[in-house]
Amino acid sequence: MRQLSGSVREFGKPAVLTPVFVVGEVIFEAVIPYMIALLVNDIKAGCGIEVILRYALILIVMSLASLLFGYLAGMTCARASCGFAKNLRHDVFYRIQEFSFSNIDRFSAASLVTRLTTDIQNIQMAFMMIIRTAIRAPLNLIMSFAMAYYMGGSMALIFLLVIPILAIGLYTVARITMPLFRSGFPKYDALNESVEENIKGIRVVKSFVREDYETEKFHTASENIRKIFTKAERILALNSPMMQICIYGVMLFVLSVGSRQIISTNGQALDIGQFSTLLTYSFQILSSLMMLSMIFVMITFSAESAGRVCEVLSEESTIRNPENPVRKIEDGSIDFDDVSFKYTSDAEDLVLEHINLHIRSGETIGIIGGTGSSKSSLVQLIPRLYDASEGVVRVSGRDVRSYDLEVLRDSVAMVLQKNVLFSGTVAENIRWGNKDATDDEVKHVCRLACADEFIDQMPDGYETHIEQGGTNVSGGQKQRLCIARALLKQPRILILDDSTSAVDTRTDAKIRRAMKEYIPSTTKIIIAQRTSSVEDADRIIVLDNGKIDAIGTSEELLASNRIYQEVYYSQNHQEADEAGISSLQEVTA
Amino acid sequence: MSRQKKSVRKGTIVRLLKMLMGYFPKLLPAIILLIIVNAVISSIPSVFQQKVIALIQEAWEKQRTWEETRPAIMRNVAVLAALYLCSLAAGFAFNQLMAVLTQGTLAKLRDEMFCHMETLPIRFFDTHKRGDIMSYYTNDVDAMRQMISQSFPQLLVSLISVTTILCIMMYYSCWMGMVIILGSFLSIHITRVVGGKSARYFMAQQKYVAGVEGVVEEMINGGKVIKVFNHEEEAERIFDQANEELYEAAYNANRYSNTLMPILNNVSYIIYVLVAVTGGLLIEFNVRNVSFSGLPISIAVVVPFLGMSRQFAGMIQQISPQINSIVMGIAGAERIFAMLDEAPEADDGYVTLVHATEKNGVLTETDEHTELYAWKHPHQADGTITYTKVRGDIRFFDVDFAYQPDKMILHNITLYGKPGQKIAFVGATGAGKTTITNLINRFYDIEDGKIRYDDININKIKKGALRRSLGIILQETVLFTGTVMENIRYGRLEATDEECIAAAKLAGAHSFIKHLPQGYDTMLDGDGSNLSQGQCQLLAIARAAVADPPVMIMDEATSSIDTRTEQIVQRGMDALMAGRTVFVIAHRLSTVKNSNVILVLDHGRIIERGTHEELIAKKGQYYQLYTGAFELE
Repeated sequence: MRQLSGSVREFGKPAVLTPVFVVGEVIFEAVIPYMIALLVNDIKAGCGIEVILRYALILIVMSLASLLFGYLAGMTCARASCGFAKNLRHDVFYRIQEFSFSNIDRFSAASLVTRLTTDIQNIQMAFMMIIRTAIRAPLNLIMSFAMAYYMGGSMALIFLLVIPILAIGLYTVARITMPLFRSGFPKYDALNESVEENIKGIRVVKSFVREDYETEKFHTASENIRKIFTKAERILALNSPMMQICIYGVMLFVLSVGSRQIISTNGQALDIGQFSTLLTYSFQILSSLMMLSMIFVMITFSAESAGRVCEVLSEESTIRNPENPVRKIEDGSIDFDDVSFKYTSDAEDLVLEHINLHIRSGETIGIIGGTGSSKSSLVQLIPRLYDASEGVVRVSGRDVRSYDLEVLRDSVAMVLQKNVLFSGTVAENIRWGNKDATDDEVKHVCRLACADEFIDQMPDGYETHIEQGGTNVSGGQKQRLCIARALLKQPRILILDDSTSAVDTRTDAKIRRAMKEYIPSTTKIIIAQRTSSVEDADRIIVLDNGKIDAIGTSEELLASNRIYQEVYYSQNHQEADEAGISSLQEVTA
Repeated sequence: MSRQKKSVRKGTIVRLLKMLMGYFPKLLPAIILLIIVNAVISSIPSVFQQKVIALIQEAWEKQRTWEETRPAIMRNVAVLAALYLCSLAAGFAFNQLMAVLTQGTLAKLRDEMFCHMETLPIRFFDTHKRGDIMSYYTNDVDAMRQMISQSFPQLLVSLISVTTILCIMMYYSCWMGMVIILGSFLSIHITRVVGGKSARYFMAQQKYVAGVEGVVEEMINGGKVIKVFNHEEEAERIFDQANEELYEAAYNANRYSNTLMPILNNVSYIIYVLVAVTGGLLIEFNVRNVSFSGLPISIAVVVPFLGMSRQFAGMIQQISPQINSIVMGIAGAERIFAMLDEAPEADDGYVTLVHATEKNGVLTETDEHTELYAWKHPHQADGTITYTKVRGDIRFFDVDFAYQPDKMILHNITLYGKPGQKIAFVGATGAGKTTITNLINRFYDIEDGKIRYDDININKIKKGALRRSLGIILQETVLFTGTVMENIRYGRLEATDEECIAAAKLAGAHSFIKHLPQGYDTMLDGDGSNLSQGQCQLLAIARAAVADPPVMIMDEATSSIDTRTEQIVQRGMDALMAGRTVFVIAHRLSTVKNSNVILVLDHGRIIERGTHEELIAKKGQYYQLYTGAFELE
């Protein structure tokens, strides 16, 4: 809770003012019925128009004041709660930007999105309730009771009996229905997910003629939900008769006992105007109680959202900038000194074991290995996407942990395996590498990445809009754009993590040739599934199960390394096929 | 234009009521009756309250003792108690029945929507965004729930009460009634202005929420790329902008909705004061009353009016928020009805698919699951039934096709897929490969020409039967939430566990399934996120294998999976293809090479056809592309 309240900041003033205005509003709301009672009595007593006008003036002033307070409370409350939500979203988003890769791994992307949207929306609603309704309802209850006591005297004591009874009743209903709703909502979500699944998989459903089967499945789930929610709503529907019983009870009590008091004391203890106002107050008291039970439910629900948001806010980034960072990287040499790595400190198995590796500046290194051989893990240590668990990774002779993070990541360009483009034009996407790059520079890197050919064919060339997630370009095109984007950084070290898998072999070779020619001094590390992508590298590292199995040129490895031989020969009887067909498609495209 | 819209609205309400009546022919009238009874009963007690107060006043004026007035008062209190009991019983029954009706309606509506959706043609799904269809089930159903469970009953109660009170007011005094009615119009006007603004801003808020959601989704899914490019500040800048817009819209929306109630509440007090003042003035200047009762203006007339003015204001306050939700509910209902009105997939076929046994060349239908399928062909002319063996022979004769009438996609497609043959489609994206396969299983119907399956025009075959005889493997694997076993059994619901496992073995999926935490009972998410892409493909192959259809349609996946898995998938595909007629949209040359016929497509036309060797020998387009690739080596 305290953590969340830190996000109120500049909206503290409206947040404090809201309850103040609410107090004003409630006071007038409590006094107005009393004034009305006096007015009714005087009218009944046959007072003249002057008296009525005097009352009218007072009442109009009062209701205008109450209106003003209510209006101001509504405004400040809206400002405070929306502002609070805005700051909270800001804080959470900025916190996520600080996250390291291992922080991001810990939360799934979908759950982070929910926390930033739905959860904060819930918190905003709860905040609104807390500063306005949660102040208003109990205050209203107390004020109304005070006024009732002031007017009705001992008769108001009936409320001391009714209030606890109703409170217990409402609380019980809330307690019973809450778990029902809590079990119902996820089921409801699951139902909607199954609809979505069906829309997505409609071709499969229809191909297997499973329409009836799916309808039956849906019906069962929907029926289940109906039962839970009907039960919950029926219990919840007890609230209103409960409320009615209390109001009717109070009415009957007031009418029978009250009339006796009026008559036997001859109107001294209680007069008729007060008598009907008592009924107004009883209604106000009981509806305040109802409001309180609603707040109770709302806050309980949003407490879970608050917990989820706090979890993000309290997550500390695992990678931080050093105290006095080095801001310059001399060359592109890389050293791994006895490096071991695992993704979480409590994981049992090491992902990388005792890696010793020395790469000269400007060298081209290929990395080959099966799924799970930790190829990606190895290279992600270089730009400090993760920190080594043991040993030291050095770039240009210095521990990577001594560099300024931004400098390090600017010098070490990495094209990730799971890459994304962002909504915006092609040129805007490329400029992620360097936002000050000229048009010529952008075109140059696109040429190097063999992306120019298809960009030129796009309707608006470099100004063509890329949809969110890059859905309007093919896999191979996306990969080439991502390479171009990385090249624009003019890095000292360039890492391609399986970045040409969807590109046909001919283009793949062309890109490698271009890199060799135009950025000879950049250290290049190429991870690939295809041996053809690494054949011409200076050295090839064969990784197996987190260990270096062998290092050498393609010829050396073909002569001596079993894993390399296996991969090479298994691919090479297909190689021609793949090359043929992919160019078959690329060219006809 | 707007009149037309109004009549549409009216139609929607009528249809909605008819639908409710159809769902609950007894419950709905009962509920409506209860609402009316309740509204009437709850307005009566005030009469008796008034009576008691009058008695007290009388006792007070005539200096009667409590003992003298007690019987009269208690009699009224007793009647009041009885009325309260009735009201309580009616209220209780209403609330309980309403819960049943609301949830029942939602469940039936959802069922009806889903059931109808399943019958809609593929075209519907191709022309409607997934998110839009989803919002029928979420937003629109929600809006209807609000309307059915709250707004409708509330409105009905209020209408009855308002009418009753209006009549009573006219009975006493038209002048004072006018004051209250004018005041009500004022309240309604305020609600329309302030509430309308609020609704507009809430709509805008929805838009900006979607905006923030979009930014957040993009930035979080691309979180790792942002890190790699040191792009955090840029991302924050973009986010802040969207966040600020959302704040503005949210603030405005809540500002209006928060202030509506205090305004209405205090306006009602001001009206109260005006009523009192008017009453006072009327008495003071002895203005002639206009009323149905003919009573002159007096205190006895003014006092009940004061009470009624509060009651009236309360009603208006209750109805006002319901109006917005009714408008939204009707809009939701309109959208839902539009979906329910979409024409389902037409099916005029009458030839069905049955299992059969063969004895001396004569086919006999059987309920058992035999290896042999037969087409059951009833002849309307003479009432006889003939059976023909399903061989898997599919032929296209001069087929033309267009998604939209003016834009032809396929031209003059003629092809022969003989039993056991493998036919490969090769061509660029958009050449029409997938479209051809969509015609075979009649996801779409052809424009011109003929498609024959075992010499039967496919239009004569029942769609279900046709599709059961065709296996399909899509490029992007779709699995369903459920266990691995359930996903395999999807191919044939009556398959035993053993048959499913055998299919998994055939597909090469068995070995990885065994290593899953709960083996075949492992739960899968809908998107198969706990499996690798290759594993999903293997399951799809097993699913098709268990169905064991005579003809297969395959769309090879283009995505890269590691070489090892790819080999396993390839072996699974090969095992599945053996002995069947196969149409394959090929992305690997090994697949193409092994085909009996290769069809090279370009812009919806077959430009070359033949075996790999024939096409190479022909030295046409296929040859050029193929040899062009060879220069690489």
